[in-house]
Amino acid sequence: MKTHMFFLGKQGIRMLLLLVCVSIAAFFLVSVSPVDPLQANVGQAALGSMSPEQIEKLEAYWGVGEPPVQRFLAWASDFFRGDMGISLLYRRPVSGVIAEKFANSIWLLAIAWVVSGVLGFCLGALSGMKQGTWIDRLVKGYSLLIASTPAFWLALVLLMVFAVWLKILPVGLSVPIGMEAAGVTLADRVRHAILPALTLSITGVSNIALHTREKMIDICESDYVLFARARGESNWSIFKNHGFRNAILPALTLQFASISEIFGGSVLVEEIFSYPGLGQAAVTAGIGSDVPLLLGITVISAAIVFGGNLIANILYGLVDPRIRRGGGSL
Amino acid sequence: MRTHVLNGRVRTALWFSLAVLFLALITILGLVFAREAVVTDFSRKNLPPSSACIFGTDWMGRDMFVRTLAGLSMSIRIGLLAAGVSALLALLLGILSATMGKAVDSAVTWVIDLVMGIPHILLLILISYACGKGFRGVVIGVTLTHWTSLARVIRGEVLQLKEAPYIKVAGKLGLRPWQIAWKHMVPHLFPQFLVGLILLFPHAILHEASITFLGFGLSPEQPAIGVILSESMQYLAMGKWWLAVFPGLLLVLTVALFDVAGESLRKLLDPGSAHA
Repeated sequence: MKTHMFFLGKQGIRMLLLLVCVSIAAFFLVSVSPVDPLQANVGQAALGSMSPEQIEKLEAYWGVGEPPVQRFLAWASDFFRGDMGISLLYRRPVSGVIAEKFANSIWLLAIAWVVSGVLGFCLGALSGMKQGTWIDRLVKGYSLLIASTPAFWLALVLLMVFAVWLKILPVGLSVPIGMEAAGVTLADRVRHAILPALTLSITGVSNIALHTREKMIDICESDYVLFARARGESNWSIFKNHGFRNAILPALTLQFASISEIFGGSVLVEEIFSYPGLGQAAVTAGIGSDVPLLLGITVISAAIVFGGNLIANILYGLVDPRIRRGGGSL
Repeated sequence: MRTHVLNGRVRTALWFSLAVLFLALITILGLVFAREAVVTDFSRKNLPPSSACIFGTDWMGRDMFVRTLAGLSMSIRIGLLAAGVSALLALLLGILSATMGKAVDSAVTWVIDLVMGIPHILLLILISYACGKGFRGVVIGVTLTHWTSLARVIRGEVLQLKEAPYIKVAGKLGLRPWQIAWKHMVPHLFPQFLVGLILLFPHAILHEASITFLGFGLSPEQPAIGVILSESMQYLAMGKWWLAVFPGLLLVLTVALFDVAGESLRKLLDPGSAHA
């Protein structure tokens, strides 16, 4: 038990240190940027017609001309107290903007993550157990094809088919246009999330399906499966008793490690479907030079990714009895 | 069992050459037609695909087929640079990490964790922003973010190699670490390095297209596949499907061909699976 706590503590500290480094790296990147926030947001023409005092005020607002280390320390100490600064584009606290966008995104991400994981595992397991048959070739072909397909193009095609031609699903946004927040029903929200979630699920399947397939082929060639066949176990009982247990652990680890990819996909997909989530906010912040928001989103999403990796590490101990008993050997 | 006229090795080699040939063709054609790709002709705007323009034309009367070729050629060239530098970086850091002792190893693995911890697209946005967007930002971004997984693989391989008798003997015979790395490890790692290099391409190209699509990459005047697809988005609702479908399909084909090339090279270089 003690070794367990030690392991968790060590992982937790590592994660915190990594987060600090991520924020330093991100801050470094935005502060070396030659992009002038005034030019990007106010425009050359408007700047030309302003008095020097006005420009000075604007420069103070966008933080031009302060030394980066000083700015970082100020930003970091505020961040630790829970104040992520004010978003320059939304003119609201960054934490509020992120909380709102995150609430929109989390549904999309969770649905896509679960659907792609379950579907990918089932397809991969099926294809691995039926190696060489048409099912196997279909699943493998699909996975390889999807691995080469950019998520944003798939999103465009789905948008074209379902929203433009068939007109059965809305083109974008998480709620109908011109409707009061109170009048939005759950059904509306679901309808608007279908296409983005579908895109992310379709693209997320391929990796996990291919890995599970490989694992399942290994398992089917093992001595214990040969022995199970000799005992006369059916395919289903071999899967239930041997295949599933051995294949689920790597699949789970992979799925938790793939949070980064699903989040990356959501940036593109949210932008295309103009779904007001974290990904779209990141793009808006990047294009509009909203440094506080961009930094906030980077740190939060890195925390989510590290959290996923941490869970994967812990799950390893929980799911596999060998690791659980010999906790110290990890 | 089906019987094949050609054995597995020859067929794999054939696939590899076909894929490489096709990709080279796209790259060269794109360069040759670079000027035609920007020719506007308002007498033929928004034409659906026909025998004259097999991919149709866009709102400025540009031939979409030529434009797509030029864009893909640009993507492949950016991919070539980014994947090449990325792979060299991976080789160097992988070997350093596994041979230079514990401190260097933890430093390198730390950087790998750091780079992998920020979602890829977000990191690309940050780097592109740091470089002031545009061409330079994309190339630097794609180069600096793709080396991590290959570096991990190479590090693992070198860790195993270090235990091999011939490496230990070389050490006892008085070779310096860098001599061992260069003379004994690099030749052994080369096949993996080469396959890893080619398999970096698909990612590099997809990420270049994605980041350009989002508006952080190449500028709108440049023929880039990301620009073509993001422009097409505005015309989707008007039913101009060919603007998105054909360039996208060709992009998928290009990426898939790099995969084919990488996988068949892996098979050829690994004697165990050469005849599978």
